[in-house]
Amino acid sequence: MTKRENGYGFVMPALVLLSFVTVYPIFYVFYLSLHRKLLIFDISKYVGLDNYLFLLQDDRFWNAMKNTVYFTAVSVSLELLIGLSLAILLHRSFRFKGLVRAIVLIPWAIPTVVSARMWEWMYNTDFGILNYMLGAKINWLGDTFWAIHAAILMDVWKTTPFVVILLIAGLKVIPQELYQAAKIDGAGNWAIFRRITFPLLRPVILIVLIFRTLDAFRVFDAVYVLTGGGPANTTETLSIYAYKVLFQTLQFGYGSTLSVTVFLFIGCISIFYIKILSKEMR
Amino acid sequence: MKRGVFYFSIVLMVLYCSGPFLWQFITSLKPDYELTMIPPVISKNPTAIHYVSIFREHPFLRIILNSAIVASSTTILSLIIGSSCAFGLAKLRVKYKSFILGFILSVSMFPPIATVSPLYIIIRALGIRDTWLALVITYTTFSLPLSIWILTNFFKEIPDEIYLAARVDGCTPYQIFYKIMLPLSLPGIFTTAILVFIFSWNEFLFALTFTSTPASRTIPVAIALFPGLHEVPWGDIAAASVVVTIPLIFIVFAFQRRIVEGLTSGAIKG
Repeated sequence: MTKRENGYGFVMPALVLLSFVTVYPIFYVFYLSLHRKLLIFDISKYVGLDNYLFLLQDDRFWNAMKNTVYFTAVSVSLELLIGLSLAILLHRSFRFKGLVRAIVLIPWAIPTVVSARMWEWMYNTDFGILNYMLGAKINWLGDTFWAIHAAILMDVWKTTPFVVILLIAGLKVIPQELYQAAKIDGAGNWAIFRRITFPLLRPVILIVLIFRTLDAFRVFDAVYVLTGGGPANTTETLSIYAYKVLFQTLQFGYGSTLSVTVFLFIGCISIFYIKILSKEMR
Repeated sequence: MKRGVFYFSIVLMVLYCSGPFLWQFITSLKPDYELTMIPPVISKNPTAIHYVSIFREHPFLRIILNSAIVASSTTILSLIIGSSCAFGLAKLRVKYKSFILGFILSVSMFPPIATVSPLYIIIRALGIRDTWLALVITYTTFSLPLSIWILTNFFKEIPDEIYLAARVDGCTPYQIFYKIMLPLSLPGIFTTAILVFIFSWNEFLFALTFTSTPASRTIPVAIALFPGLHEVPWGDIAAASVVVTIPLIFIVFAFQRRIVEGLTSGAIKG
C-alpha cells in the first residue's frame, strides 16, 4: 500500500476537546478531593487524605453505596430478564413488526426527567392509576421499603428497550440452520434456548451488562427527580449524595471525594467486565 | 392457540411500553377537578387549558428554544469534530491508533458526576455560567466518543481503493474527506445526528448545574423544577411532558431503523 498522509490534523480537534473537558477535570477533581473547599467563603485548604478518611466513617456514604449496589443489581438483572424475553418474542416475524418495534423504543426516547415525572404521577398514593389498578393504597414514594423499588421499576421500564435492541441484534447473527437442525433432532424450546440461543448470545449479553451496570451505578436523574433521594435517604444513590454535598451544601472538597469514589468504582467495574469480555472473545 | 398467546403477549408488551406515556397524555387533557377523581378515567370534558397555561404562565417557549438551540448546535459541532477525527482514524496514518480509540472509549465511561464539580468551577471562572455555550461545549465533548465510534465504523467500510484513487487524481486528504467520504457516509452521519440530538435534548445533570435562569434553562431542568404555588401542578407537567416528547416519538417512528443501527454499532462493534 502506498504511503498514507498523516491524519493528526483531523484527529487533533477531538483529542484537544476531550482532554480539556474530560481528562483535565478528572485530574482537577482528584486535586479538589484533597482539599477542604467551601465555594461560598472562598475557603480552600490542603488537607491530604482527610476527606477519604472521613468518607470511610461516613454512614451516609455507606448507605448510598448500599442503595447504589442494590439498585444496580436488581434493576440490571430485571432488565436482562425482561429484555431477553421481549427480544426473543420480537425476533419472530409477524405483522406490524416495524410498528411494534418503534413502540418498544418509546421509553428509551422519552427524556429521563419526563419519565420520572410521569411515574411520579402514576405512583401517587391517592390519585395514581397504579394504586387504582391494584386496588391498593401503597405510598410508593413515601415508604422506606417501596421507594427504592418504585425507582427500580421505573428504571427497568425506561432502559429495557436498549437491552432489547442489542439482544435482537445478537439474535440476528445466530444462523437459522442451527435452529432447524435442533428442531429436526427433536429439541424442545427450553433445550434450544439453553444449548443454542444462550451460549451464542453470551458476548452480546456481556456487552449489555457492561453498558447497563455502568449506567445504573452512576444513576442520577431518574432517581433524583422521582424521589430526591428520600424518604429517609433510602433512595439516595452515590451520585445523588455527591450532587447534594457539592451543590446543596457547597462542600466542593468532600463532594469531589465522593465523585472520585464513583469514578474509581466505575473504572474497576469497566476493567472487570473488559477482562471477562476479552476472555470471551478468544 | 399458540398464535393467540403470541399476539396476546405482543399486545401486553405494546401496552407496557406505551401505557405510561398515553396515561400522561390523557392526564394532560383533564381539567384540574378531574385530576383528583377516583376512579381515574378518561376525561369527560377534555380541555387544552394546561397547554395554554405552560406557554402563558411559564416561559416554556423560551425553554424549548434553549433546548432546540443547544441540541442542534451540539449535533452540528459533534458531527464536524467527530467525523473529521473518525476519518483520520479510519483512513489516515495516525500513531497509537488503538491507544487513541481505547482512550475515546474509556472517556465514554466517565461518570458525569465525576467531572461536574471541576467543570462548574471552570465555567464559573470563564464567566459562561447560565449560557448556551457552557452546555454546548460540555455536550459536544461528551457526545464525541459516540460520534467517533459510529463514524469510524462507517468510514472503515468505505473501500481504501476509493481513497487511493482520489489521491492519484490529485485530491488532498481534506478534499477527499469532504467531497468523497462525507457524501458516501451520509447514512452514518444521519444516524449519529439523531443519537447526539436525543442525548443533548434529554441531558439533565450538567443542565441542572450550569444553568440558573430561564435564559438558558433546558427542558429537562424546567420539567424537574416545575414550580407550583400550593400543590404540584400535575396537569401542567403532563402537558409540558407531552409537548417535549412528541418530537422524540416522531423521530423514533420515522427513523426507527437508523436508531437501532446506531445503538448497535455504537455498542456491539466496540
